Amino acid sequence: MTELKVTNVAKHFGRKNVLNGINVTFTDGQIYGLLGRNGVGKSTLLRLINNRLLADRGQITLDGASVVDNEAAQNRIFLMSAEMLYPAEQKVSWVFKITKQLYGGFDDALAAHLVSVFHVDTTSRLSRLSTGYKTLVKLIVALCVPCDFVLLDEPVLGLDAPNRHLFYQELMATFTDRPRTFVIATHLIEEISQLVNQVVVIERGVVTLDQDADELRQRGKMITGPAATVRDWLADVKVLRTTALGGMLAAYTLDAPLEKPLPAGVTMEAMNLQQLFIELTREEEGSHES
Amino acid sequence: MHFDAESLTPLYQQIADAFADGILSGAFAEETQIPSTTQVAREYQLNPATVLKGMNILVDNGLIEKRRGLGMFVTPGAQAQLVRQSKDLFYSEQVTALVTQARALHISKTELLTAIEKGYAK
Repeated sequence: MTELKVTNVAKHFGRKNVLNGINVTFTDGQIYGLLGRNGVGKSTLLRLINNRLLADRGQITLDGASVVDNEAAQNRIFLMSAEMLYPAEQKVSWVFKITKQLYGGFDDALAAHLVSVFHVDTTSRLSRLSTGYKTLVKLIVALCVPCDFVLLDEPVLGLDAPNRHLFYQELMATFTDRPRTFVIATHLIEEISQLVNQVVVIERGVVTLDQDADELRQRGKMITGPAATVRDWLADVKVLRTTALGGMLAAYTLDAPLEKPLPAGVTMEAMNLQQLFIELTREEEGSHES
Repeated sequence: MHFDAESLTPLYQQIADAFADGILSGAFAEETQIPSTTQVAREYQLNPATVLKGMNILVDNGLIEKRRGLGMFVTPGAQAQLVRQSKDLFYSEQVTALVTQARALHISKTELLTAIEKGYAK
């Protein structure tokens, strides 16, 4: 089985330790949601994997071989990031051509389809494209490269809602046609929550959650009811947070004691991935660093 | 069809339920092909693994079957089977829930039966 393995990776910038011992394995044919608060090091991790940065310590391997200065490994990894790495005076068609040369392959048929779906003018110079269209060009490249691991760092930056919707559809279509690994780092959690099958959360420089998305969704519950009853029912489990409204208490937990019957007057609702993420990564009062 | 990632019901179960509803209503007729995993994944932006998991529930229940090289088909007798299952479910869950709720509201058995008869009279 193909796997991209990150072991104990650390990276600092100046005096700031961004990554502090990251351990995560990306396997083939999965779509990962890589989540974390601003500045937590998601982009740094992706750049380390793509050899654009060097780690202070730790290892990143693709099928057992280090990805550092490893052209064969890097040819199987593609990172789409916020930067536009192509010269501004070049045309869209040139980007497709150069990508084909660099990666030794390019899905021309899919590119033509996406160009028509998103109404991209391939004769336009990159400098003349809007933010949204620059993103679309980069996305087309990301979906058409022959790589096994496609890392998407904030893939829908500047895209309007209809184009985001279309992109998610096209992503699912190409993923079904040619299963490969996608790692999606994004803040638009709700939009990707039903696309991903594995969720990885980074906090304080380490991976604090790495779980099947369905299982995670099933775990997150919001319990609402009379305060004493809710507290009593949840007495033995970890509660992430509670909010009180008069005598009513809402409690968020990943460990609802489903083996016990739900007391009368108490309701249980699901937490979506976004709520889960907010509750899981909520800083303790006063401990938030600026 | 509509799928809600926020529901207490897992997405794969929602997919199974949606297809079962389609079979029950006749939208997916017996012996006809149902939409492919790819079509559903693309149309509703769902992970294909989730869609497949949902469809496999229906395969396990004998409601759909895989025909090699052709796709998934609704099995003969699937609709009748679903009607039977839905009836069982109606008695075991909805009727029980109705009685529980009636008790909580201090509605007597006679009052409830009268209300049901009124419902039929409409």
